[in-house]
Amino acid sequence: MSAAPTTPAPAAGRAGMKKELPEHFKAYKGVWVFMEMERGVVHPVSFELLGEGRKLADQLGVELAGCILGPAGEGMNHAVVETFAYGADLCYVMEDPLLTDYRNEPYSKGLTDLVNTYKPEILLLGATTLGRSVATTLLTGLTADCTELAVDADKSLAATRPTFGGSLLCTIYTLNFRPQMATIRPRVMSMPERQDKPVGKVVTHPLNMVEDDIVTKILNFIADRQTGKVNLAYADVVVAGGLGLGAVENMQLVKNLAKALGAEYGCSRPIVQKGWMPAERQIGQTGKTIRPKLYIAAGISGAIQHRVGVEGADMIVAINTDKNAPIFDFAHVGVVTDAVRFLPALTEAFTRRLSPHNRDRLAG
Amino acid sequence: MHIVVCIKQVPDSAQIRVHPVTNTIMRQGVPTIINPYDLFALEEALRLRDKHGGEVTVLTMGPPMAEDSLRKALTFGADRAVLLTDRFFAGSDTLATSYALAAAIAKIGEVFGKPEIVFTGKQTIDGDTAQVGPGIAKRQNLLQLTYVSKIAKVDLAGGKIEVERRAEGGIQVLETKLPVLITMLEGTNDMRRGSMADALRAARAEVVVWSAKDAGIEDLLKCGLRGSPTVVKRVFAPSPRAEKARQIMIEPTALETADKLIEDIFGTLPALETELVELHQTL
Repeated sequence: MSAAPTTPAPAAGRAGMKKELPEHFKAYKGVWVFMEMERGVVHPVSFELLGEGRKLADQLGVELAGCILGPAGEGMNHAVVETFAYGADLCYVMEDPLLTDYRNEPYSKGLTDLVNTYKPEILLLGATTLGRSVATTLLTGLTADCTELAVDADKSLAATRPTFGGSLLCTIYTLNFRPQMATIRPRVMSMPERQDKPVGKVVTHPLNMVEDDIVTKILNFIADRQTGKVNLAYADVVVAGGLGLGAVENMQLVKNLAKALGAEYGCSRPIVQKGWMPAERQIGQTGKTIRPKLYIAAGISGAIQHRVGVEGADMIVAINTDKNAPIFDFAHVGVVTDAVRFLPALTEAFTRRLSPHNRDRLAG
Repeated sequence: MHIVVCIKQVPDSAQIRVHPVTNTIMRQGVPTIINPYDLFALEEALRLRDKHGGEVTVLTMGPPMAEDSLRKALTFGADRAVLLTDRFFAGSDTLATSYALAAAIAKIGEVFGKPEIVFTGKQTIDGDTAQVGPGIAKRQNLLQLTYVSKIAKVDLAGGKIEVERRAEGGIQVLETKLPVLITMLEGTNDMRRGSMADALRAARAEVVVWSAKDAGIEDLLKCGLRGSPTVVKRVFAPSPRAEKARQIMIEPTALETADKLIEDIFGTLPALETELVELHQTL
């Protein structure tokens, strides 16, 4: 795009709509992050959101709170400690064994009660299967999959997200409803620095529900650890292939390089559409957002919808025959060559370089 | 059994282009498709109908041209199509949309029989919010099962359903009571092609067209722009990155050039090399 970048103009406040916030919504104060805990473990996206929430709370001059639902026990205690360590000023905690696994009924009631009682002005949730499902319960509307959050002149939340298949960005306001809610996908925001901090104020609130109130029953849970599910989003090194590889059998070249590096592998959207790799391997706006230290893209042209999913990588290496491919606009190192022929050479070179006898060289 | 499937007509995002000078969307001639995620819901509904008998009603809200997507759904084998269209719905966000669809589903229940299952896709490709399905459930006071990867069992007589649901750390096997709203995960089935008989029937079929009033919607303040708490304020193009990639032109099969690239990578990320070598020991 040769035209000057159209960065957003400074916000005019309340989205310039000249609408006063209704009186009863002015009681809503503070920024909350929904700390997603499932089976005793906090999802890393919650800590990423605390980093964003901290900035918003500081701009607004209000407190940042973590809101945690789950069973009492070690997992909960750990979650509270970590919530403070990642920047929260206080915690709202709802402890109940009924909250061990996500089920819509107890989670909806729990979150609704907490929000209606303590009234946050902003609530951030991870755009996960849990976060997106529970968010709807408040019926306030929300901005999904945000890539940037800011506070405007009138202290309203300005939430920016990709639109039209990622080719443009749009900024969305929540007028006349509180809390203002936004979901953010894992790895879109960077992980804030952890600092040891004493546990501060913890407000507890009861769920007031019994198992008989809940219609939906959990019959079983099949953990991904047993099934070897991919964890692309949190991998340190990712190798991905695109249509430039030309044929389904060349996907193996991507897998081989990934294996040599101990990396995860993935692909661009057209590869999934062709059925050459499963949907869980798709990287990009409609697939996974990744934030690895090293990302190697082979035969991927770099459409904007792919770009938004990989921009957070520390280093992007692109291999493509077309020296004008858009991927060279955001890659750090570009290799203009045929990936099908280059990947085996690169795999062999990496294997040699990382072989055990090189350890001594590094140590020395 | 009666199953309602909510679908949405969306622009084919793969074909959207941005004008290189004005940075505006070039909408002209962008073809529309049924939101791809909705097809998994539709196929699942058709399979349940084929197994248990009954009818599948497809429902969409949109401009009159959204009828195309309903007809397409009929060619796949849906039994009935309802188009909810009214100028009052213009500018709806997820909250206003779920309000209108919930009302229409209630009306469908009155006119054509109460549905045991309401299906939606997990999200749309143009909004990505994943809020309309759960929003309908909330408005209708229906139980909800989101991100369902498999319908394991439907017990119509006992009014029960068992499904597998994608959670963050694994798969939940859940049982709940009918009626229920289900949002279907992608990749769970392959859409059928639809028979010639279905295609002929679709061409002749009457699509039921309802206005807000027809659907029994009384509170127009909850519809369209006025019923939508979220407002899109600005649309702008992402700023291009300042510096371009350092390009290396090389012989693709030469090992030395691969070494050169690796030198470049580990020169930038020295800590990564140490980590990878250590990882290699444990492999």
